[in-house]
Amino acid sequence: MGVENEEQGFEHVLGDSVILTTVEQVVGWGRKFSFFLYPFITACCGMEFMSVAGPRYDIDRFGAALPRFSPRQADLLIVVGTISHKQLPILNKVYNQMAEPKWVFAYGACVVSGGMYDNYSTAQGIDTILPVDVYVPGCPPRPEMVFDGLMKLQDIVQNEKFSKWPRGAGKYTAEELK
Amino acid sequence: MDITLIPGYQYMPELVEMMLKIVFIFTMNVGVFAPLLGYVERKQSALMQDRIGANRAAILGFTIFGLWHTMTDAIKLIAKEDFIPEGADKPLHFLAPFVAVVPALIAFAVIPFGGTYYLWGHEAHLIIADLDVGILFIFAVAGIGTYGAVIAAWASNNNWSLLGGVRTAAQMVSYEVAMGLTIVGVLMVYESLKLTEIALIQEDFFMWGIFLQPVGFLLFLACALAENKRVPFDIPEAESELIAGYFTEYSGLKFAMFWMAEFVEIVTISAILTVLFFGAWHIPFVTHDGLLSLLTSVVGADIGNLLLMFIHLAVFWGKVCFLIVFLMLIRWSLPRFRYDQIMKLGWKIILPLALVNILATGVILLVVK
Repeated sequence: MGVENEEQGFEHVLGDSVILTTVEQVVGWGRKFSFFLYPFITACCGMEFMSVAGPRYDIDRFGAALPRFSPRQADLLIVVGTISHKQLPILNKVYNQMAEPKWVFAYGACVVSGGMYDNYSTAQGIDTILPVDVYVPGCPPRPEMVFDGLMKLQDIVQNEKFSKWPRGAGKYTAEELK
Repeated sequence: MDITLIPGYQYMPELVEMMLKIVFIFTMNVGVFAPLLGYVERKQSALMQDRIGANRAAILGFTIFGLWHTMTDAIKLIAKEDFIPEGADKPLHFLAPFVAVVPALIAFAVIPFGGTYYLWGHEAHLIIADLDVGILFIFAVAGIGTYGAVIAAWASNNNWSLLGGVRTAAQMVSYEVAMGLTIVGVLMVYESLKLTEIALIQEDFFMWGIFLQPVGFLLFLACALAENKRVPFDIPEAESELIAGYFTEYSGLKFAMFWMAEFVEIVTISAILTVLFFGAWHIPFVTHDGLLSLLTSVVGADIGNLLLMFIHLAVFWGKVCFLIVFLMLIRWSLPRFRYDQIMKLGWKIILPLALVNILATGVILLVVK
Protein backbone atom coordinates (compact mmCIF):
# COMPACT_ATOMS: atom_id res chain seq x y z
CA MET A 1 0.00 0.00 0.00
CA GLY A 2 1.08 3.59 -0.42
CA VAL A 3 1.02 6.15 -3.16
CA GLU A 4 3.63 5.60 -5.86
CA ASN A 5 4.40 9.17 -6.74
CA GLU A 6 6.35 10.36 -3.70
CA GLU A 7 7.86 13.48 -5.26
CA GLN A 8 4.90 15.67 -4.42
CA GLY A 9 1.73 15.76 -2.40
CA PHE A 10 1.06 14.95 1.21
CA GLU A 11 3.60 12.16 1.56
CA HIS A 12 6.42 14.47 0.48
CA VAL A 13 5.39 17.05 3.06
CA LEU A 14 4.62 14.68 5.94
CA GLY A 15 7.43 12.22 5.30
CA ASP A 16 7.21 8.76 6.82
CA SER A 17 5.01 9.85 9.71
CA VAL A 18 1.79 8.87 7.92
CA ILE A 19 0.71 6.19 5.47
CA LEU A 20 -1.43 7.35 2.61
CA THR A 21 -3.49 4.97 0.56
CA THR A 22 -6.58 4.89 -1.60
CA VAL A 23 -9.88 3.16 -0.98
CA GLU A 24 -9.27 1.12 -4.13
CA GLN A 25 -6.04 -0.23 -2.71
CA VAL A 26 -7.47 -0.98 0.72
CA VAL A 27 -10.42 -2.83 -0.81
CA GLY A 28 -8.04 -4.60 -3.18
CA TRP A 29 -5.93 -5.62 -0.22
CA GLY A 30 -9.01 -6.92 1.56
CA ARG A 31 -10.18 -8.83 -1.47
CA LYS A 32 -6.90 -10.47 -2.34
CA PHE A 33 -6.54 -12.11 1.07
CA SER A 34 -10.13 -13.19 1.32
CA PHE A 35 -11.08 -15.32 -1.66
CA PHE A 36 -14.05 -17.55 -0.98
CA LEU A 37 -13.69 -20.35 -3.48
CA TYR A 38 -16.28 -22.02 -5.62
CA PRO A 39 -14.58 -25.30 -6.52
CA PHE A 40 -16.03 -26.40 -9.87
CA ILE A 41 -14.36 -29.80 -9.93
CA THR A 42 -15.13 -32.26 -12.69
CA ALA A 43 -12.15 -34.56 -13.12
CA CYS A 44 -8.77 -35.86 -12.03
CA CYS A 45 -7.22 -32.44 -11.24
CA GLY A 46 -9.56 -32.53 -8.26
CA MET A 47 -7.16 -34.97 -6.59
CA GLU A 48 -4.42 -32.40 -6.86
CA PHE A 49 -6.79 -29.69 -5.69
CA MET A 50 -7.38 -31.71 -2.52
CA SER A 51 -3.66 -31.65 -1.95
CA VAL A 52 -3.66 -27.87 -2.47
CA ALA A 53 -6.47 -27.41 0.02
CA GLY A 54 -5.21 -30.02 2.47
CA PRO A 55 -2.73 -29.76 5.31
CA ARG A 56 0.44 -30.36 3.29
CA TYR A 57 0.14 -27.30 1.02
CA ASP A 58 -2.67 -25.46 2.81
CA ILE A 59 -4.34 -22.83 0.62
CA ASP A 60 -5.72 -21.27 3.84
CA ARG A 61 -2.35 -19.56 4.32
CA PHE A 62 -3.43 -17.13 1.59
CA GLY A 63 -6.80 -16.64 3.23
CA ALA A 64 -8.51 -18.60 0.46
CA ALA A 65 -9.62 -21.61 2.47
CA LEU A 66 -13.34 -21.29 2.70
CA PRO A 67 -15.27 -23.07 -0.05
CA ARG A 68 -18.78 -21.61 -0.48
CA PHE A 69 -21.01 -23.90 -2.48
CA SER A 70 -23.49 -21.12 -3.03
CA PRO A 71 -22.17 -19.06 -5.98
CA ARG A 72 -23.68 -15.91 -4.40
CA GLN A 73 -21.10 -16.02 -1.64
CA ALA A 74 -18.08 -17.09 -3.71
CA ASP A 75 -15.46 -14.74 -5.19
CA LEU A 76 -13.15 -17.08 -7.07
CA LEU A 77 -14.45 -19.68 -9.49
CA ILE A 78 -11.81 -22.39 -9.58
CA VAL A 79 -12.48 -24.58 -12.61
CA VAL A 80 -10.70 -27.88 -12.09
CA GLY A 81 -10.79 -30.70 -14.61
CA THR A 82 -11.96 -31.39 -18.14
CA ILE A 83 -14.94 -29.31 -19.24
CA SER A 84 -17.02 -31.02 -21.91
CA HIS A 85 -19.49 -29.20 -24.10
CA LYS A 86 -22.27 -30.70 -21.97
CA GLN A 87 -20.74 -29.00 -18.92
CA LEU A 88 -20.38 -25.56 -20.49
CA PRO A 89 -23.97 -24.36 -19.84
CA ILE A 90 -23.64 -25.41 -16.19
CA LEU A 91 -20.32 -23.62 -15.80
CA ASN A 92 -21.78 -20.54 -17.50
CA LYS A 93 -24.76 -20.61 -15.15
CA VAL A 94 -22.58 -20.85 -12.06
CA TYR A 95 -20.47 -17.95 -13.31
CA ASN A 96 -23.57 -15.84 -13.98
CA GLN A 97 -24.92 -16.63 -10.51
CA MET A 98 -21.80 -15.38 -8.74
CA ALA A 99 -22.03 -11.96 -7.11
CA GLU A 100 -19.59 -9.25 -8.25
CA PRO A 101 -16.65 -8.98 -7.97
CA LYS A 102 -15.74 -12.38 -9.34
CA TRP A 103 -12.62 -13.97 -10.74
CA VAL A 104 -11.99 -17.15 -12.70
CA PHE A 105 -9.07 -19.45 -12.14
CA ALA A 106 -8.27 -22.00 -14.89
CA TYR A 107 -6.73 -24.99 -13.15
CA GLY A 108 -5.00 -27.58 -15.33
CA ALA A 109 -4.29 -28.11 -19.01
CA CYS A 110 -7.84 -29.23 -19.91
CA VAL A 111 -9.39 -26.05 -18.56
CA VAL A 112 -6.71 -23.85 -20.11
CA SER A 113 -6.85 -25.29 -23.65
CA GLY A 114 -8.69 -28.61 -23.70
CA GLY A 115 -5.39 -30.34 -22.99
CA MET A 116 -4.94 -33.72 -24.60
CA TYR A 117 -8.68 -33.96 -25.33
CA ASP A 118 -8.49 -32.39 -28.77
CA ASN A 119 -11.79 -33.90 -29.86
CA TYR A 120 -15.47 -33.23 -30.60
CA SER A 121 -16.72 -33.50 -27.00
CA THR A 122 -14.37 -31.26 -25.03
CA ALA A 123 -14.38 -27.48 -24.78
CA GLN A 124 -11.03 -26.15 -26.00
CA GLY A 125 -10.43 -24.03 -22.91
CA ILE A 126 -13.03 -22.24 -20.79
CA ASP A 127 -11.81 -18.86 -22.06
CA THR A 128 -13.97 -19.57 -25.10
CA ILE A 129 -16.96 -18.60 -22.94
CA LEU A 130 -15.66 -16.96 -19.72
CA PRO A 131 -13.11 -14.23 -18.97
CA VAL A 132 -10.25 -16.10 -17.28
CA ASP A 133 -7.91 -14.23 -14.91
CA VAL A 134 -5.22 -16.82 -14.27
CA TYR A 135 -4.16 -19.83 -16.32
CA VAL A 136 -2.30 -22.60 -14.55
CA PRO A 137 -1.32 -25.36 -17.00
CA GLY A 138 -0.14 -28.82 -16.05
CA CYS A 139 -1.62 -32.27 -16.05
CA PRO A 140 -2.25 -31.87 -13.17
CA PRO A 141 -0.41 -28.71 -12.05
CA ARG A 142 1.79 -29.01 -8.98
CA PRO A 143 0.43 -27.25 -5.88
CA GLU A 144 3.40 -24.87 -6.06
CA MET A 145 2.24 -23.79 -9.52
CA VAL A 146 -1.26 -23.21 -8.21
CA PHE A 147 0.06 -21.00 -5.43
CA ASP A 148 2.18 -19.12 -7.96
CA GLY A 149 -0.98 -18.54 -9.98
CA LEU A 150 -2.90 -17.53 -6.86
CA MET A 151 -0.22 -15.00 -5.91
CA LYS A 152 -0.28 -13.56 -9.43
CA LEU A 153 -4.04 -13.23 -9.10
CA GLN A 154 -3.52 -11.48 -5.76
CA ASP A 155 -1.26 -8.96 -7.51
CA ILE A 156 -3.95 -8.38 -10.14
CA VAL A 157 -6.64 -7.92 -7.51
CA GLN A 158 -4.49 -5.54 -5.47
CA ASN A 159 -4.14 -3.12 -8.37
CA GLU A 160 -7.63 -3.38 -9.80
CA LYS A 161 -9.68 -0.26 -10.50
CA PHE A 162 -13.30 -0.05 -9.39
CA SER A 163 -14.19 0.87 -12.95
CA LYS A 164 -13.50 -2.75 -13.94
CA TRP A 165 -16.68 -3.84 -12.13
CA PRO A 166 -19.28 -5.08 -12.69
CA ARG A 167 -18.09 -7.64 -15.14
CA GLY A 168 -21.60 -8.79 -16.00
CA ALA A 169 -22.80 -12.09 -17.38
CA GLY A 170 -20.80 -14.47 -19.55
CA LYS A 171 -20.38 -13.99 -23.29
CA TYR A 172 -23.06 -16.47 -24.33
CA THR A 173 -26.59 -17.11 -23.14
CA ALA A 174 -27.75 -20.54 -22.03
CA GLU A 175 -29.54 -21.12 -25.36
CA GLU A 176 -26.45 -20.32 -27.41
CA LEU A 177 -24.38 -22.84 -25.47
CA LYS A 178 -26.78 -25.73 -26.01
CA MET B 1 -24.40 26.36 36.70
CA ASP B 2 -25.19 23.89 39.44
CA ILE B 3 -25.35 20.41 37.99
CA THR B 4 -28.00 19.36 40.51
CA LEU B 5 -30.49 21.75 38.88
CA ILE B 6 -30.75 19.60 35.75
CA PRO B 7 -34.03 17.65 35.84
CA GLY B 8 -33.51 13.97 36.50
CA TYR B 9 -30.06 14.63 37.94
CA GLN B 10 -30.41 11.88 40.53
CA TYR B 11 -30.87 9.28 37.77
CA MET B 12 -27.70 10.29 35.91
CA PRO B 13 -25.41 7.67 37.53
CA GLU B 14 -27.89 4.88 36.73
CA LEU B 15 -28.18 6.13 33.15
CA VAL B 16 -24.43 6.33 32.69
CA GLU B 17 -23.98 2.89 34.26
CA MET B 18 -26.67 1.42 31.99
CA MET B 19 -25.19 2.98 28.86
CA LEU B 20 -21.72 1.74 29.80
CA LYS B 21 -23.01 -1.79 30.34
CA ILE B 22 -24.90 -1.87 27.04
CA VAL B 23 -21.90 -0.49 25.16
CA PHE B 24 -19.65 -3.02 26.90
CA ILE B 25 -21.84 -6.01 26.01
CA PHE B 26 -22.37 -4.76 22.45
CA THR B 27 -18.64 -4.20 21.99
CA MET B 28 -17.77 -7.57 23.47
CA ASN B 29 -20.18 -9.40 21.18
CA VAL B 30 -20.09 -7.53 17.89
CA GLY B 31 -16.71 -5.83 18.17
CA VAL B 32 -14.58 -8.48 19.85
CA PHE B 33 -16.09 -11.93 19.75
CA ALA B 34 -17.83 -11.97 16.35
CA PRO B 35 -14.69 -11.15 14.33
CA LEU B 36 -12.36 -12.96 16.70
CA LEU B 37 -14.34 -16.20 16.59
CA GLY B 38 -13.92 -16.26 12.82
CA TYR B 39 -10.19 -16.11 13.40
CA VAL B 40 -10.29 -18.65 16.24
CA GLU B 41 -12.33 -21.05 14.15
CA ARG B 42 -9.82 -20.77 11.33
CA LYS B 43 -6.75 -21.17 13.47
CA GLN B 44 -8.22 -23.88 15.67
CA SER B 45 -9.22 -25.93 12.65
CA ALA B 46 -5.74 -25.36 11.22
CA LEU B 47 -4.21 -26.56 14.48
CA MET B 48 -6.45 -29.62 14.61
CA GLN B 49 -5.76 -30.50 10.97
CA ASP B 50 -2.01 -29.95 11.26
CA ARG B 51 -2.09 -26.91 8.98
CA ILE B 52 -0.66 -23.41 9.36
CA GLY B 53 -3.80 -21.45 8.61
CA ALA B 54 -4.26 -17.91 7.37
CA ASN B 55 -1.06 -15.93 7.87
CA ARG B 56 -0.29 -13.93 4.71
CA ALA B 57 -2.12 -10.61 5.14
CA ALA B 58 0.33 -8.08 6.55
CA ILE B 59 0.43 -4.38 7.33
CA LEU B 60 3.97 -2.95 7.25
CA GLY B 61 5.32 -6.47 7.39
CA PHE B 62 3.48 -7.47 10.56
CA THR B 63 1.15 -10.43 10.14
CA ILE B 64 0.27 -10.78 13.88
CA PHE B 65 -0.44 -14.51 13.43
CA GLY B 66 -2.90 -13.91 10.61
CA LEU B 67 -5.21 -11.66 12.64
CA TRP B 68 -5.47 -9.23 9.70
CA HIS B 69 -7.42 -11.87 7.84
CA THR B 70 -10.48 -11.05 9.92
CA MET B 71 -10.11 -7.48 8.64
CA THR B 72 -9.61 -8.53 5.02
CA ASP B 73 -12.72 -10.72 5.25
CA ALA B 74 -14.73 -7.80 6.59
CA ILE B 75 -13.47 -5.44 3.85
CA LYS B 76 -14.18 -8.03 1.18
CA LEU B 77 -17.71 -8.73 2.44
CA ILE B 78 -18.56 -5.02 2.70
CA ALA B 79 -17.31 -4.43 -0.85
CA LYS B 80 -19.20 -7.42 -2.24
CA GLU B 81 -22.31 -7.07 -4.38
CA ASP B 82 -25.50 -7.13 -2.32
CA PHE B 83 -27.56 -9.59 -4.28
CA ILE B 84 -31.35 -9.90 -4.16
CA PRO B 85 -32.68 -12.73 -6.32
CA GLU B 86 -35.40 -12.30 -8.90
CA GLY B 87 -38.86 -13.00 -7.47
CA ALA B 88 -37.64 -12.53 -3.91
CA ASP B 89 -39.68 -10.73 -1.28
CA LYS B 90 -37.40 -7.71 -0.99
CA PRO B 91 -38.43 -6.28 2.42
CA LEU B 92 -38.34 -9.71 4.06
CA HIS B 93 -35.09 -10.60 2.31
CA PHE B 94 -33.59 -7.44 3.80
CA LEU B 95 -35.11 -7.97 7.24
CA ALA B 96 -34.13 -11.61 7.80
CA PRO B 97 -30.43 -11.17 8.74
CA PHE B 98 -31.37 -8.57 11.35
CA VAL B 99 -34.02 -10.86 12.81
CA ALA B 100 -31.31 -13.50 13.10
CA VAL B 101 -28.69 -11.29 14.79
CA VAL B 102 -30.72 -9.09 17.15
CA PRO B 103 -32.28 -11.80 19.38
CA ALA B 104 -28.87 -13.36 19.99
CA LEU B 105 -27.66 -9.95 21.21
CA ILE B 106 -30.78 -9.16 23.24
CA ALA B 107 -30.56 -12.44 25.13
CA PHE B 108 -27.40 -11.07 26.71
CA ALA B 109 -29.42 -8.38 28.49
CA VAL B 110 -30.47 -10.75 31.29
CA ILE B 111 -27.17 -12.56 31.71
CA PRO B 112 -25.17 -11.32 34.72
CA PHE B 113 -21.47 -10.89 33.95
CA GLY B 114 -20.45 -9.76 37.43
CA GLY B 115 -21.81 -9.18 40.92
CA THR B 116 -22.63 -6.01 42.85
CA TYR B 117 -19.90 -3.46 43.58
CA TYR B 118 -19.91 -0.22 45.61
CA LEU B 119 -17.96 2.37 43.64
CA TRP B 120 -17.68 5.84 45.19
CA GLY B 121 -21.12 5.70 46.77
CA HIS B 122 -22.72 4.19 43.67
CA GLU B 123 -24.02 0.64 43.60
CA ALA B 124 -23.14 -1.04 40.29
CA HIS B 125 -24.84 -4.25 39.19
CA LEU B 126 -23.12 -5.96 36.29
CA ILE B 127 -26.28 -7.01 34.51
CA ILE B 128 -28.29 -4.95 32.04
CA ALA B 129 -31.80 -6.04 33.06
CA ASP B 130 -32.21 -8.18 36.18
CA LEU B 131 -35.51 -9.83 35.27
CA ASP B 132 -37.31 -12.17 37.67
CA VAL B 133 -37.95 -14.53 34.74
CA GLY B 134 -34.45 -14.20 33.29
CA ILE B 135 -34.04 -17.70 31.93
CA LEU B 136 -37.53 -17.71 30.40
CA PHE B 137 -36.72 -14.41 28.68
CA ILE B 138 -33.69 -16.05 27.07
CA PHE B 139 -35.80 -18.91 25.72
CA ALA B 140 -38.43 -16.51 24.45
CA VAL B 141 -35.90 -14.36 22.61
CA ALA B 142 -33.99 -17.37 21.27
CA GLY B 143 -37.30 -18.54 19.80
CA ILE B 144 -37.50 -15.33 17.78
CA GLY B 145 -34.06 -16.04 16.31
CA THR B 146 -35.57 -19.01 14.49
CA TYR B 147 -37.72 -16.60 12.49
CA GLY B 148 -34.57 -15.06 11.02
CA ALA B 149 -33.67 -18.31 9.29
CA VAL B 150 -37.23 -19.15 8.29
CA ILE B 151 -37.94 -15.67 6.90
CA ALA B 152 -34.64 -15.74 5.01
CA ALA B 153 -35.59 -19.09 3.50
CA TRP B 154 -39.07 -17.98 2.53
CA ALA B 155 -38.04 -14.61 1.12
CA SER B 156 -35.26 -16.02 -1.08
CA ASN B 157 -37.60 -17.73 -3.56
CA ASN B 158 -35.22 -20.66 -3.80
CA ASN B 159 -35.96 -24.35 -3.31
CA TRP B 160 -32.77 -25.08 -1.40
CA SER B 161 -33.39 -22.12 0.88
CA LEU B 162 -36.93 -23.23 1.56
CA LEU B 163 -35.83 -26.78 2.39
CA GLY B 164 -33.22 -25.34 4.74
CA GLY B 165 -35.83 -23.10 6.35
CA VAL B 166 -38.24 -25.98 6.90
CA ARG B 167 -35.47 -28.04 8.43
CA THR B 168 -34.51 -25.10 10.66
CA ALA B 169 -38.06 -24.74 11.89
CA ALA B 170 -38.38 -28.45 12.61
CA GLN B 171 -35.04 -28.67 14.40
CA MET B 172 -35.50 -25.49 16.44
CA VAL B 173 -39.00 -26.37 17.60
CA SER B 174 -37.95 -29.90 18.55
CA TYR B 175 -34.95 -28.81 20.54
CA GLU B 176 -36.63 -25.84 22.21
CA VAL B 177 -39.03 -28.26 23.89
CA ALA B 178 -36.19 -30.45 25.11
CA MET B 179 -34.09 -27.43 26.09
CA GLY B 180 -36.84 -25.98 28.23
CA LEU B 181 -37.18 -29.28 30.09
CA THR B 182 -33.43 -29.80 30.61
CA ILE B 183 -33.27 -26.51 32.48
CA VAL B 184 -36.13 -27.37 34.87
CA GLY B 185 -33.81 -29.48 37.03
CA VAL B 186 -31.49 -26.50 37.51
CA LEU B 187 -34.42 -24.28 38.47
CA MET B 188 -35.63 -26.86 41.00
CA VAL B 189 -32.23 -27.04 42.66
CA TYR B 190 -31.72 -23.26 42.90
CA GLU B 191 -35.41 -22.46 43.44
CA SER B 192 -35.21 -19.38 41.23
CA LEU B 193 -35.63 -18.22 37.65
CA LYS B 194 -33.53 -15.14 38.32
CA LEU B 195 -30.06 -15.56 36.86
CA THR B 196 -28.39 -13.30 39.44
CA GLU B 197 -29.78 -15.43 42.29
CA ILE B 198 -28.68 -18.63 40.57
CA ALA B 199 -25.22 -17.11 40.14
CA LEU B 200 -24.99 -15.92 43.77
CA ILE B 201 -25.78 -19.37 45.17
CA GLN B 202 -22.83 -20.72 43.17
CA GLU B 203 -20.35 -18.73 45.22
CA ASP B 204 -19.87 -22.03 47.05
CA PHE B 205 -17.76 -24.20 44.73
CA PHE B 206 -19.75 -27.36 45.56
CA MET B 207 -23.00 -25.66 44.62
CA TRP B 208 -21.93 -25.22 40.99
CA GLY B 209 -24.55 -26.44 38.55
CA ILE B 210 -22.19 -28.96 36.99
CA PHE B 211 -22.04 -30.85 40.31
CA LEU B 212 -25.71 -30.54 41.20
CA GLN B 213 -27.07 -31.18 37.71
CA PRO B 214 -24.49 -33.16 35.67
CA VAL B 215 -27.11 -34.87 33.51
CA GLY B 216 -28.95 -31.60 33.04
CA PHE B 217 -25.68 -30.00 31.91
CA LEU B 218 -25.00 -32.63 29.24
CA LEU B 219 -28.57 -32.49 27.92
CA PHE B 220 -28.59 -28.69 27.90
CA LEU B 221 -25.24 -28.64 26.09
CA ALA B 222 -26.58 -30.96 23.38
CA CYS B 223 -29.73 -28.85 22.97
CA ALA B 224 -27.78 -25.60 22.91
CA LEU B 225 -25.51 -27.00 20.18
CA ALA B 226 -28.57 -27.97 18.18
CA GLU B 227 -30.11 -24.51 18.63
CA ASN B 228 -26.86 -23.02 17.38
CA LYS B 229 -27.29 -24.79 13.99
CA ARG B 230 -23.59 -25.62 13.67
CA VAL B 231 -21.86 -28.95 13.00
CA PRO B 232 -22.86 -31.62 14.08
CA PHE B 233 -26.38 -30.14 13.99
CA ASP B 234 -25.97 -28.09 10.80
CA ILE B 235 -28.70 -29.89 8.91
CA PRO B 236 -30.40 -26.54 8.03
CA GLU B 237 -27.19 -25.53 6.25
CA ALA B 238 -26.02 -28.98 5.05
CA GLU B 239 -23.58 -27.96 2.30
CA SER B 240 -23.56 -31.38 0.66
CA GLU B 241 -27.36 -31.47 0.38
CA LEU B 242 -28.72 -27.91 0.33
CA ILE B 243 -25.77 -25.84 -1.06
CA ALA B 244 -25.89 -23.38 1.85
CA GLY B 245 -29.36 -23.96 3.29
CA TYR B 246 -31.48 -21.01 4.28
CA PHE B 247 -28.87 -18.37 3.34
CA THR B 248 -28.11 -19.76 -0.14
CA GLU B 249 -29.32 -16.54 -1.81
CA TYR B 250 -27.48 -14.14 0.48
CA SER B 251 -24.22 -12.47 -0.45
CA GLY B 252 -21.82 -10.00 1.07
CA LEU B 253 -22.57 -8.41 4.39
CA LYS B 254 -26.01 -9.98 4.84
CA PHE B 255 -24.49 -13.41 4.50
CA ALA B 256 -21.87 -12.36 7.03
CA MET B 257 -24.66 -11.32 9.40
CA PHE B 258 -25.95 -14.90 9.54
CA TRP B 259 -22.44 -15.93 10.49
CA MET B 260 -22.30 -13.20 13.05
CA ALA B 261 -25.59 -14.46 14.49
CA GLU B 262 -24.06 -17.91 14.84
CA PHE B 263 -20.97 -16.55 16.55
CA VAL B 264 -22.94 -14.31 18.90
CA GLU B 265 -25.12 -17.31 19.72
CA ILE B 266 -22.00 -19.26 20.65
CA VAL B 267 -20.99 -16.49 23.04
CA THR B 268 -24.51 -16.34 24.48
CA ILE B 269 -24.65 -20.11 24.94
CA SER B 270 -21.25 -20.09 26.63
CA ALA B 271 -22.39 -17.27 28.92
CA ILE B 272 -25.59 -19.12 29.85
CA LEU B 273 -23.60 -22.30 30.51
CA THR B 274 -21.18 -20.29 32.66
CA VAL B 275 -23.96 -18.74 34.72
CA LEU B 276 -26.02 -21.91 35.17
CA PHE B 277 -23.33 -24.57 35.53
CA PHE B 278 -19.87 -23.06 36.02
CA GLY B 279 -20.30 -20.66 38.91
CA ALA B 280 -20.72 -17.47 36.84
CA TRP B 281 -18.07 -14.91 37.91
CA HIS B 282 -16.99 -16.76 41.10
CA ILE B 283 -13.50 -18.13 41.62
CA PRO B 284 -13.57 -21.62 43.20
CA PHE B 285 -13.01 -21.54 47.00
CA VAL B 286 -12.73 -17.71 46.99
CA THR B 287 -15.72 -15.81 48.34
CA HIS B 288 -16.79 -12.35 47.22
CA ASP B 289 -16.46 -10.85 50.72
CA GLY B 290 -13.16 -12.61 51.45
CA LEU B 291 -11.44 -11.26 48.34
CA LEU B 292 -13.04 -7.84 48.84
CA SER B 293 -11.77 -7.47 52.42
CA LEU B 294 -8.29 -8.52 51.28
CA LEU B 295 -8.30 -5.96 48.45
CA THR B 296 -9.81 -3.27 50.71
CA SER B 297 -7.07 -3.73 53.27
CA VAL B 298 -4.44 -3.20 50.57
CA VAL B 299 -5.83 -0.43 48.32
CA GLY B 300 -8.94 0.96 50.07
CA ALA B 301 -12.65 0.32 49.65
CA ASP B 302 -13.39 2.04 46.33
CA ILE B 303 -10.32 0.91 44.42
CA GLY B 304 -10.75 -2.53 46.02
CA ASN B 305 -14.29 -2.78 44.68
CA LEU B 306 -13.11 -1.64 41.28
CA LEU B 307 -10.29 -4.19 41.25
CA LEU B 308 -12.68 -6.92 42.35
CA MET B 309 -15.01 -5.94 39.52
CA PHE B 310 -12.24 -6.31 36.96
CA ILE B 311 -11.12 -9.62 38.48
CA HIS B 312 -14.68 -10.96 38.30
CA LEU B 313 -15.08 -9.70 34.73
CA ALA B 314 -11.86 -11.46 33.77
CA VAL B 315 -12.98 -14.67 35.47
CA PHE B 316 -16.39 -14.59 33.80
CA TRP B 317 -15.07 -13.90 30.30
CA GLY B 318 -12.27 -16.40 30.87
CA LYS B 319 -14.81 -19.12 31.57
CA VAL B 320 -16.82 -18.01 28.53
CA CYS B 321 -13.70 -18.20 26.33
CA PHE B 322 -12.91 -21.67 27.65
CA LEU B 323 -16.42 -22.87 26.80
CA ILE B 324 -16.24 -21.25 23.36
CA VAL B 325 -13.06 -23.16 22.59
CA PHE B 326 -14.75 -26.31 23.82
CA LEU B 327 -17.77 -25.73 21.56
CA MET B 328 -15.45 -25.08 18.61
CA LEU B 329 -13.64 -28.31 19.43
CA ILE B 330 -16.93 -30.18 19.09
CA ARG B 331 -17.64 -28.37 15.81
CA TRP B 332 -14.37 -29.52 14.24
CA SER B 333 -14.45 -33.06 15.66
CA LEU B 334 -17.84 -34.50 14.78
CA PRO B 335 -19.46 -35.26 11.42
CA ARG B 336 -22.96 -34.05 10.64
CA PHE B 337 -25.95 -36.02 11.94
CA ARG B 338 -28.51 -37.26 9.49
CA TYR B 339 -31.89 -35.53 9.63
CA ASP B 340 -33.75 -38.51 11.16
CA GLN B 341 -30.93 -38.99 13.68
CA ILE B 342 -31.35 -35.40 14.85
CA MET B 343 -35.08 -35.85 15.28
CA LYS B 344 -34.58 -39.17 17.06
CA LEU B 345 -31.99 -37.65 19.38
CA GLY B 346 -34.26 -34.76 20.24
CA TRP B 347 -37.58 -36.49 20.76
CA LYS B 348 -36.64 -40.04 21.75
CA ILE B 349 -33.47 -39.57 23.80
CA ILE B 350 -33.05 -36.05 25.17
CA LEU B 351 -36.71 -35.40 25.95
CA PRO B 352 -37.31 -38.60 27.99
CA LEU B 353 -33.94 -38.21 29.72
CA ALA B 354 -34.83 -34.65 30.66
CA LEU B 355 -38.12 -35.83 32.14
CA VAL B 356 -36.33 -38.59 34.09
CA ASN B 357 -33.84 -35.97 35.27
CA ILE B 358 -36.66 -33.78 36.57
CA LEU B 359 -38.21 -36.76 38.40
CA ALA B 360 -34.89 -37.83 39.91
CA THR B 361 -34.09 -34.26 40.98
CA GLY B 362 -37.50 -33.97 42.63
CA VAL B 363 -37.09 -37.26 44.52
CA ILE B 364 -33.60 -36.34 45.73
CA LEU B 365 -34.75 -32.87 46.82
CA LEU B 366 -37.63 -34.44 48.77
CA VAL B 367 -35.31 -36.94 50.46
CA VAL B 368 -32.68 -34.33 51.33
CA LYS B 369 -35.12 -31.82 52.85
